[in-house]
Amino acid sequence: MAEKQYMTINMGPQHPATHGVLRLVLELDGEVIVKAIPHIGHLHRGVEKLSESKTYHQVIPLTDRLDYTNAMGNNLAYVLAVEKLLGLEVPKRAQYLRVMMAELQRIAAHLIWLGTHVLDIGALTPIFYTFREREDVLRIFEEVAGGRLTPTYLRIGGVSKDLPEETKGKIKAFVESFPKHLQDYETLLTQNVIWLKRTKEIGILSKEDAINWGVTGPTLRASAVKWDVRKAFPYSSYDAFDFDIPFGSVGDVYDRYIVRMREMEWSNAIVRQALERLPKGPVLAEDPKIGLPPKEAVQTDMAALIRHFKIASEGFYPPPGEVYASVESAKGELGFYIVSDGSNHPFRVRIRPPSFLNLGALPKMIEGGLIADVVSAIGSVDIVLGEIDR
Amino acid sequence: MADVHLGLKKLREKFPSSILAEKTFRGEVTVTVPKGMILEICRFLYSDPDLRYHFLTDLCGLDLFPDTPRFGVVYLLYSMKNNERLRLKARIGEGESVASVESIWKAADWLEREVYDLFGIPFENHPDLRRILLWEGYEGHPLRKDYPVEGPDFDKPFVPEV
Repeated sequence: MAEKQYMTINMGPQHPATHGVLRLVLELDGEVIVKAIPHIGHLHRGVEKLSESKTYHQVIPLTDRLDYTNAMGNNLAYVLAVEKLLGLEVPKRAQYLRVMMAELQRIAAHLIWLGTHVLDIGALTPIFYTFREREDVLRIFEEVAGGRLTPTYLRIGGVSKDLPEETKGKIKAFVESFPKHLQDYETLLTQNVIWLKRTKEIGILSKEDAINWGVTGPTLRASAVKWDVRKAFPYSSYDAFDFDIPFGSVGDVYDRYIVRMREMEWSNAIVRQALERLPKGPVLAEDPKIGLPPKEAVQTDMAALIRHFKIASEGFYPPPGEVYASVESAKGELGFYIVSDGSNHPFRVRIRPPSFLNLGALPKMIEGGLIADVVSAIGSVDIVLGEIDR
Repeated sequence: MADVHLGLKKLREKFPSSILAEKTFRGEVTVTVPKGMILEICRFLYSDPDLRYHFLTDLCGLDLFPDTPRFGVVYLLYSMKNNERLRLKARIGEGESVASVESIWKAADWLEREVYDLFGIPFENHPDLRRILLWEGYEGHPLRKDYPVEGPDFDKPFVPEV
C-alpha cells in the first residue's frame, strides 16, 4: 500500500477572508484539516520598540493603530497603565466620557465584525446595514475628537475635549434607534437556516482549552466562561454601571455570534447610562506637570504656553516601577505592561494583544474540521492583524 | 484584591529559598525567582488547589542592559478562582536559556516564540521554537536595547546588482 499523503494548501496572506494579512498553511486529508499552521507578522511595525523612544504622551497615537477598529479602547488601556504608574486620579466626568466612547467603539467594532463575518460566509446584505450604523458612531467620534478611525481622544489624566452639547443629541438618537437596528440584523441571521448550518457545532473550543490557550473576550465567553475584565477588575467607573456579561454554552461559531450580539445590546445600555448620569466637572486631571493646558489658555497666557511647550517636548517623569493595566477591548483583554526607569521615556512597553492569543487557539478550533469551515472559524474569532503583529 | 496575596503567601511557604526579591507596587505583586526554578514554581502555582493560576495572561521579555544578568522574562499569571494576579520574573544572562512553560499553558507557545524572536532568549523543550513576527533569516533581535530603532540598515538601501 502506498504511503498516505496529505495535500498542503496555502491560504493568504492575500485572501479576503483572512481579515488582513494572515497566512494559513493547511494540511488536508481530503476535505478534512489535519494540521493548520498560522503565519503572522506581515504587518509588524515595531510599535513596542518605537514606544521606547517616545515620551509618554507621544505613544497614544501609536495605540490607535494597533487594533484599528477599536482605537478608543486601545487609548484607554494605555492611559490607564500610565495613570496607574503615576498614581493619578482621573475626574469622574472624564471617566464617564471614556466609558461612553469605549462602548460606542465596541459597538462599531462589533458591527465591522458582524458585517465582514457574515459576508465571508456568503450573506451579502448585513454589511450594508452594519456599516450604516457604524458611520453614525464614526460621525459622533468626528465631532467629539476630530478623527474617525484614529481619534486619539484620550489623554493621560482625562480626555482631550469635553463633549459638545449638540453631540449629546446625536448620541441619544443613536442609542434610541440602535436596538431596532440590532433586531433587523437578527431577523436576517439568528434563525436563518443557512446561517445556522454554517455556524452551529463548528469551530468548537472547550472551556478548558479556551482558558489554557489564554483566550479572552467574546471568544472566551462563548466557551461558557463568564469572565470580563470590566467585572473582574473594574476600571474607569465601570462598577457604577448596570450591565451583564453574556456568555455561551457550546463554544462554537454560533455562540460567539450570539455573545457579540448580546454584548452590543449591553454596550448600548451602558452608553445610555453614561449619557444620563454624566457628572459635571473638569475632563482632565488638574496636575500642571502632566495634563496639557487648555487650548484657549495657550493662545492667551504666556505661562500656559511655556507649560504646553514643556509637556509636549519633554514630557513628565513618572516614578520607577512596573505596572500592568488592562481593559476589555472588543476582542478581549488588552493589556499594557509598562516599565519605567524614572526617565521621561517608557523603558519598556509591552502590549498584551487579545487577538494574538485568540488566534493561537485557531488551529485547535479548525483541526479535524472541514476546509469549508475555516473561513467561518476565522471570522468568529474576530482578529485584527494590526494588533497581532503590532 | 484580597488583603493578603494568597499566591505570595503560598510561595513563601513552599519555596522560601527561591524568592530572590518581592515587590508590591500600586497593588501589583512581583516575585523574582531563580530561572532554574521557573518550571517547578509555575507547576505548583497552576496545580495547587487553593491557587489555580490557570490563566497565563502574558509572558514577555525585558532587556535590562547594562545590568547583569542582562535579560528578564516576565510571567503574568491570573487565577480566576481568587481573582488575583501574580507576576513572576526570572533573570537570564546573555546566551542562557530558560525552561519553557508550554507544557503547562498552551498560551505560552506563541508568547515564548515572540520573546525568542524579539529578544533572542531560547526556551528549552519548546515544541516549535521559530521566529514568529519576523521572518526566518532575519538578523538580530529588535527589542534588545543595542538594536537601533531605525534598524541597522536604514541608510544602506538594498540595490540589486544588475
